[in-house]
Amino acid sequence: MVEPGILIERLVKKYEDVTAVDGLSLRVARGELFGLLGPNGAGKTTTINILCGLVKPTSGIVSVYGFDVQAELCKVKQFIGVCTQETAVYDYLTGLENVELFGSLYAMRGDVLKARRKALLEKMGLTKDAERRVGKYSGGMKRRLSLILALVHDPQVVFLDEPTVGMDPQSRRAVWDFIRGLKAEGKTVILTTHYMEEAEELCDRVGIIDHGKLITLGAPGELISDSGVGSLEELFIKLTGRRIREEA
Amino acid sequence: MRIQRILAIVKKEAKKTVRDPAVLFMVFLFPVAFMLAFGAFFGGGGGEQPVYEVGVVNMDKGDAAQTLLTMLSKTGLLSPRVYDDNNTAQADLSQGKVKAVIIIPSDFSLSLASYRAAPGEPGRWSNTTIALYLDKGSLIAIQAVPPMLQQALAAVAGLESQAPLSPLRVEVASLVEVKTLSVFEFMAPGMFTFASIYILMMVAQAFIQDRENGMMKRIRTTSITSFEFMMGQVFSYMLIALVQAALVFATVYLLGFRPNVDLGTHLFAFTILLVFSLSNVGFGLIAATLAKSPGAATGFSFLFLLPQLFLGTFVGMSLSQTAQIACRFVPSYYVTDSLVSLFLRGASILSPAILLDLAVASMFSVAVLIAGIFLYAKYFRI
Ligand SMILES: Nc1ncnc2c1ncn2[C@@H]1O[C@H](COP(=O)(O)OP(=O)(O)O)[C@@H](O)[C@H]1O
Ligand SMILES: [Mg+2]
Repeated sequence: MVEPGILIERLVKKYEDVTAVDGLSLRVARGELFGLLGPNGAGKTTTINILCGLVKPTSGIVSVYGFDVQAELCKVKQFIGVCTQETAVYDYLTGLENVELFGSLYAMRGDVLKARRKALLEKMGLTKDAERRVGKYSGGMKRRLSLILALVHDPQVVFLDEPTVGMDPQSRRAVWDFIRGLKAEGKTVILTTHYMEEAEELCDRVGIIDHGKLITLGAPGELISDSGVGSLEELFIKLTGRRIREEA
Repeated sequence: MRIQRILAIVKKEAKKTVRDPAVLFMVFLFPVAFMLAFGAFFGGGGGEQPVYEVGVVNMDKGDAAQTLLTMLSKTGLLSPRVYDDNNTAQADLSQGKVKAVIIIPSDFSLSLASYRAAPGEPGRWSNTTIALYLDKGSLIAIQAVPPMLQQALAAVAGLESQAPLSPLRVEVASLVEVKTLSVFEFMAPGMFTFASIYILMMVAQAFIQDRENGMMKRIRTTSITSFEFMMGQVFSYMLIALVQAALVFATVYLLGFRPNVDLGTHLFAFTILLVFSLSNVGFGLIAATLAKSPGAATGFSFLFLLPQLFLGTFVGMSLSQTAQIACRFVPSYYVTDSLVSLFLRGASILSPAILLDLAVASMFSVAVLIAGIFLYAKYFRI
């Protein structure tokens, strides 16, 4: 690998009574759209949070584009965009004001921010509702706004934690198109999901984790054909003996 | 450090404050409504026409003085209270028990008799002066008492209207600085701190809320530094405290509180309230550290709010001597103390007592703020 992308080495995160991430090692190339799959509690969010500096690892190294996340977090923050699992948007601000605030937090120039803001709201279908308070938005609209906030400063690396959870199929399609757009722009994207079909649809490569450990890694098509199953869902059952989602 | 980021936080907080009904109520509406109610109960500015008590020191033992007293009563607005000596009368005036003191001179009857004997010959009159002392702070006293006295004197002299000429001259001897205060005025300085301490609760709730809904985390993924973020928060709450102080001031002013102080004193008052707002952010952060849920935030806020309320606002001003010692342990006490000295006792902003209050309030507030930031950062990261 000439230019380093995202590097995770022997990563461990222990909470009092659980090991959320248990010796995870992973490389993601620049420009790759990588899916981190696993059931609830597998350690996906913990891994993302360590990658963006929100959580300190118990041991191991993570680096983004050659910068150590622990030691050079300030630098790393400038070119990563994070859409956290919780839909964190300010209810008392309008959609527009939310985007403006986050743009300012990245110290974006006024004119650049304005153009970017307009384009993103348009792409996410929120232009019509941009002047309304977010408190009045539907859940799906808030998720879409949340995505915009992660991308306002046009980051090179994007972390999306369960970007489509709880979305209606139509919104989900729109978000999928959006994520494909990011890939087309050459951005490095790590997304987590427990929807296997989402990963099959979008990702160049996926890593399936369970109990904080990587259990398999590869391009979705190859993983499926190599193991002779019909889908990633079936692959997960074959590997663990469990369904990835308890519900239907 | 980027000013842009700090300003973005301030802007966001300002919008939140005016848009969130709960916050709006707690920080702005509640203190104003409280004071309006308080002012209505204790302000004294009642609706019906009051009768003003005036002190009368009667040095004349003749009948004419008695007639004058009757005439004063007949004005319907003045109620004479007779004093045996001037000192007692003056003391009561300076404590606001009477609005004015009228001194009837010993030659009052004599002078009046000389006038009655020869009404048309001023040369044969024996002139005398009725000295009048007035409450400097009372508009009624200054404007209404002299003409009413003139009117009563004219009646005593048997003139139809105020005589163009008579041996009885009224001289306003001096305007007396009166220290009397209505309960409302007495408590007004403590209102500022009273209103301000509720910001503490707002800080605690805001931090817990943003922590619970993941907003704080999200902010931390952006390139704003912890320092910039805290600066933004501190500035926001200072701004809120400033607006609040202005509102409280407008309200007490509306209710008749007219401290006789200059612009510098007002600026000082706002400055010490600004400094005090730092302690509110600090206590709010400590409450947010202790509380694990927004509901618990209210409880923990009261832990810091109540002592400050009882010991350091207008409530504390009527405490016993022993309780006053406990007051020294809350920052709000020093703020209220300085405001009382400035507004009610007319102290200079450069007097040692005031400067000491400012110094202690500042150190206290900054220490609480630093403690709050460290405690919060230790458990939750900012
Ligand atoms: N702050 C925390 N304290 C204690 N345990 C945690 C904490 N965060 C996550 N965990 C635990 O770590 C495990 C992995 O969680 P998470 O990374 O959120 O999983 P996922 O995102 O894959 O659903 C879970 O068992 C979860 O309960
Ligand atoms: Mg998760």
